[in-house]
Amino acid sequence: MAKLNMVEAINLALKEEMSRDERIILLGEDVGRLGGVFRVTDGLQALFGPERVVDTPLAEAAIVGTAIGLALGGFKPVPEIQFMGFLPAALDQIICHVSRYRNRSRGRYTLPMVIRAPYGAGIHAPEHHSESTEAILAHLPGLKVVIPSTPYDAKGLLLAALRDPDPVVFLEPKRIYRAIREEVPEGDYTVPLGMAKVVREGEGVTVVAWGSMVREAVRAAELVAAEGIGAEVIDLRTIAPLDDETIVGSIRKTGRGVIVHEACRTGGLAAEIMARIQEKAFLSLAAPLERVTGFDTIVPLLKLEDHYLPDAGRISRAIRKVVHF
Amino acid sequence: MNLADFDPLAGRRVEILDYRGTLVGQDLRPADLTDTRLVELYDKMVFLRVADQQALTLQRAGRMGTYAPTLGQEAANIGSAAVLQEGDWLVPSFREMGAMLLRGVPLALIYMYWMGSEWGSHFPENVRVLPICAPVGTQTSHGVGLAWAAKLKKERTVTLIYFGDGATSKGDCHEAMNFAGVFQTPCIFFCQNNQYSISVPRSSQTAAATLAQKAIAYGFPGVLVDGNDLLAVYAATQAAADRARSGQGPVFIEAQTYRLGPHTTADDPSRYRSEEELQAQEPYDPLRRVRLYLEKQGLLTPAAETERWERYQELVKEEAKKAEAAIPLNPDDIFDYHYATLPPYLASQKEYLHRLLASRGEPADG
Repeated sequence: MAKLNMVEAINLALKEEMSRDERIILLGEDVGRLGGVFRVTDGLQALFGPERVVDTPLAEAAIVGTAIGLALGGFKPVPEIQFMGFLPAALDQIICHVSRYRNRSRGRYTLPMVIRAPYGAGIHAPEHHSESTEAILAHLPGLKVVIPSTPYDAKGLLLAALRDPDPVVFLEPKRIYRAIREEVPEGDYTVPLGMAKVVREGEGVTVVAWGSMVREAVRAAELVAAEGIGAEVIDLRTIAPLDDETIVGSIRKTGRGVIVHEACRTGGLAAEIMARIQEKAFLSLAAPLERVTGFDTIVPLLKLEDHYLPDAGRISRAIRKVVHF
Repeated sequence: MNLADFDPLAGRRVEILDYRGTLVGQDLRPADLTDTRLVELYDKMVFLRVADQQALTLQRAGRMGTYAPTLGQEAANIGSAAVLQEGDWLVPSFREMGAMLLRGVPLALIYMYWMGSEWGSHFPENVRVLPICAPVGTQTSHGVGLAWAAKLKKERTVTLIYFGDGATSKGDCHEAMNFAGVFQTPCIFFCQNNQYSISVPRSSQTAAATLAQKAIAYGFPGVLVDGNDLLAVYAATQAAADRARSGQGPVFIEAQTYRLGPHTTADDPSRYRSEEELQAQEPYDPLRRVRLYLEKQGLLTPAAETERWERYQELVKEEAKKAEAAIPLNPDDIFDYHYATLPPYLASQKEYLHRLLASRGEPADG
């Protein structure tokens, strides 16, 4: 079995599923000849031809808008938005149409499609290349939003997304695109959407994270383990719908929780998760919940970027705070 | 008809039947647009006008929500959609009731939509019409995608995409037309230029002399058409459809028409246009000229005309009743169509609404 990074795992998933399903069309800026700016679609145009791996004009709204038409016309489009920072131009189509077509037509028209976008900070990129606005997407009825944190999950989740009857936004934490290598099997397997994964078991505190923050959460758990704190780390993997059962089940066990995201704090997904814990496991709580997030600021440019991003140090401080409450 | 003969920069416009009902462009008249066919299409225009009037009546009586009338745009609606063939797609904006009717959407469904039910957009399986689209211009790229899909499947179908003059100011239209040019998708950009985007006149919408000329920048033809001339609209759209069907790519048609009614029933046009301006438009009524022509041909008698209008007035009342009776009032519908499978959190919100309704003594199953 080959050890792949996330870029290679996503590429493999696309390649395998495109061989199986002729309806799949990749479209976006630089996805064809160049293979994508992060090389996620590398080699796919050579393999499947320019009709199935399409270099589009530079226009995010039309990339998603024409993908809607392709889906209505019987295809399964996979539009790529080159960076999440450029997603706002396509957000009109996502909010007004992608998420609504099934309901608007009472099921007459459906939009099976996967919108891919690299997201998040930590690669020392220019402005608009570090955003994590996933909470905006999770807020929308009618969408599913998936964020892998490992190469294995990236392949399995993407295959599940490609087979889902509803539109899925697939956000790729680009900071860890090449940071992790692990065994990724060739051939068919899926990781079900909507199911979180306990990546590290513990009894003392629950840490919920997704994307590149999972790795930081695990590091934090390792830091506090030396102090005798058993931290359970949950990788959400899907942020819409949220896997309440896994989150609440863990909180019932540990009685304490820390939620981590690199997105801004106010109105971030941590607030929603904390509200659900409060609704469903209030009496299990032994301490107030904590959240470790990006600041309510624009992501700083690269010279100050590291101050913005939550890391294992900040997460471990929050863990100690809730454990020693 | 050769579209290249109508350079919008030269101000040439497709005109066949003038406002007096005189044929001024007989050489442009398509062979299949016989007098018999004209009677059929005139009939559709009358039906549209009556159905439109009935919607206004329903709205005033509180039986319908806000409604966007088509009054004055019957030729643009009917003349364009009439050229479509089996398998073709129609992508409406929100002032295309006539085009939608012509392509098989039942009037009762359209009434249901405006009455406030999503079931009004649950079209029959064989009808290739997209739902009404409110956010201006955003539907244009959907049409391009549909046409692109047809091209990839090697279908010889076309997609007829409607939008208004205001939509041409939106980036969506630019992006959609640019994609269509690049990928040579078999589609027609049909602009119903009715001179107003709610209150903003066409002159304030763009500094360009015409909207049709915008097509030149995308690498395909743009054509000016008298949008109140059923024959001209038909001829231009048919030429565009033939061109697209034979793999020569998209065409932009600017149908110059006039919105005789308000933007919607919530609008008050007296705040932005004069009564004189409106009255000056009366001779250009798209129905009038076809009626005058057909009368001259001896194809329309006053008795038959009276019978037609009366019959349709009865028919649309029946459709309205049918629509009202057919609207499901099941609150479960709020939740059940967001995803193929109802997720647990929506199931629990649905349960909550059930309990709420039960506590008020209302049935939850409609």
